[in-house]
Amino acid sequence: MTDAAWIETALTTSRPRAVAALLRYFRDLDVAEEAYQEACLRALSNWTVNGPPRDPTSWLIMVGRNTALDSVRKRSKQAPMLDEEHLSDLEDAETPMAERLDDSQYRDDVLRLMFICCHPDLPATQQIALALRIVSGLTVRQIARAFLVGEAAMEQRITRAKAKVAVAGVAFEAPGPTERAERLAAVMQMVYLVFNEGYSAGPKDEARADLADEAIRLGRLLLRMFQTEPEAMGLLALMLLQHSRQPARFDASGEAVLLEDQDRSLWRDKLIQEGLALIDKAMRHKRTGVYLVQAAIAALHGRAKRFEDTDWAGIDALYATLEHLQSSPVVTLNRAVAVAKTKGPQAALDMIEPLGERLSGYFHFHGARGRLLLMLDRRREARVVFDRAISLANTAAEAAHIRMHIDRLIAESETGKRT
Amino acid sequence: MMYAVLCYNNEEMVCGWTKGQDDAVMAALSKVHDKWEKASKLKPAVRLLPTSAATTLHKQKDLVIDGPYAETKEALLGFYIIDVEHLEEGLAFARDLSQANPGGAYELRPIHLYYPGSPIDGVYEADREYAGDKVSAK
Repeated sequence: MTDAAWIETALTTSRPRAVAALLRYFRDLDVAEEAYQEACLRALSNWTVNGPPRDPTSWLIMVGRNTALDSVRKRSKQAPMLDEEHLSDLEDAETPMAERLDDSQYRDDVLRLMFICCHPDLPATQQIALALRIVSGLTVRQIARAFLVGEAAMEQRITRAKAKVAVAGVAFEAPGPTERAERLAAVMQMVYLVFNEGYSAGPKDEARADLADEAIRLGRLLLRMFQTEPEAMGLLALMLLQHSRQPARFDASGEAVLLEDQDRSLWRDKLIQEGLALIDKAMRHKRTGVYLVQAAIAALHGRAKRFEDTDWAGIDALYATLEHLQSSPVVTLNRAVAVAKTKGPQAALDMIEPLGERLSGYFHFHGARGRLLLMLDRRREARVVFDRAISLANTAAEAAHIRMHIDRLIAESETGKRT
Repeated sequence: MMYAVLCYNNEEMVCGWTKGQDDAVMAALSKVHDKWEKASKLKPAVRLLPTSAATTLHKQKDLVIDGPYAETKEALLGFYIIDVEHLEEGLAFARDLSQANPGGAYELRPIHLYYPGSPIDGVYEADREYAGDKVSAK
C-alpha cells in the first residue's frame, strides 16, 4: 500500500523531468502534458495496488510515452492497442531506462522545458505563470490565486503565452556549450523571478508565498543538474538565505518587520546552514557571479547573531562588486544602506541623489531616501518623500511600513506644537 | 551490538516536502527517538544537508569534486548510532522509524569502532529549529 501523500509528492517531484522527457519524444508541449496527465492517472490506480516503483520518474515517462503512442495508434488504427497487461510489465523495463535517463540528456531536457518559459517576448509575469503551469504543474486556479486574478483571466494569459512560445519554436537537438550556458542564465533568472514573487507576498497571502518554496525546489533541480556551476550554487544559496528569515519578517498583525527589528531566533537555521555551505563550495571556483555575490550579502546578514553585529563594511564591498558585475541604480540604492551604516547618512544620501531621475517611480528609492532624510533630521523633506513612497507602495505591508514613519512624524510635530 | 542505521531515501522527494510535511515527519520521528533514548539504546544521530551541498575529495589525485561521492537515486540522508541487544532489536528500531517516515530503506551496519569525539556545538542540535517554531506558533 502506498499512501496518498507519498504519491502526491512523487508526482510533483517527477513532473519536470517526466514532462521534459516526454516533450523530447513528442516535440509538442500539449501532447507531452497530456501524456504526463494520463501517466499520473495510471499511477494513482497502479501504485496504490502494486506499491510504489523504485524510480517514479522513469515509470511516469514510460507509461506516459506508451499511452500517448497508443492513442496515436488508436486514432490511425494501424496497430492494436496495448492492454493493461503490458503496462503492468513496466517494472522490468524500468532499470535500463532509468540508467539511460541518468545521462546528461536529462539535464538538457529539463533545461529545454524551463527555457521554453523564458521566451524574451514574454513579460516577466507571463514567464512565471507559464513556468508554474508547465514546469511545476500548479493548477491554473492555484496560479490565479497567487497572482490575485480570476481563473478565466489566468487561463487566457497562459494560453496566449503558450501560443507565443509554440510559434517561436525551440531546438530539440542537444545545445552546444554556449547555448547551454545562455539557457541556464535565462532559466536562473526566471527561477529568481518566481522566488521574488513569493518573497514579496504579504503574510496572509499564502498562495503567493508558496511560490518561494516552489522556486527553491526549482533551484535545487537546477543545481542537481549543474552540480559544478557556482552560479547555480549561488542562486540556491541566495534563495535559502532570504527565505530563512520568513518566520520573522511579519509581526502578529501582519506588518512587515525591518531586518533590524527581526527576532533572529525565529530565522530558520537549517536553511541558513545549507546556504552557507553552498557559498563555501561556490567560492572554491573563484568565479564571481551576480547570484553568488547577492548570496554572500545575504550570508553576512545570516551570520550576524544580532543586527549590531552586521558586517556593513563587508556588505558595502560586496555591493561594490555587484555594481561592477551588474551596474544598476537599484544595486547602488542597496549599497547606500550599507554606506549609511559605515560612513553615515549624508554619504549615503549623496550616493543616491543622482539616482532620483531613474528611480523616481520606485517605491524603495523614496522609502530609503525618506529614512536617510529622517536620520539627518530633515523632517519636512522626509514627510514629502514618504508621501511619494506611499503612493508607490506595491503591497499593503509596504504601505503600512511607510505609514508608520508618517504617523510618527505627525505625532512628533503635534507634540512639538504643544510644547 | 552497536549498529549504524544508515538512512537512504529519494532525496528529491525529501527535499520536495513542504515545511509542514517535514515538520510532521520530524515530529513523528522524535517520538521514536524519545522511546529508544529512554531505553538508552539511541546514541548520536545525524541528519545531513542535501547531497547538492556535498563536496568530495578523491584521495589519490587530491581531486575536489562538487557533489556526493556516489550519485544514486536513493541518497544517504542521515544515520543513527544504536546500541541494541541483537540484530532483531535493531530491525525493530528501523521498523519504528519506517512507520514514522515511509519510503526508501534503512541499512543496518554493525559498528567496528566507535569513537565519540568531542561534543558538538549547540547550534547543530537536532531540535533547535523545531523548538524555535513551537515558540513562534504560540
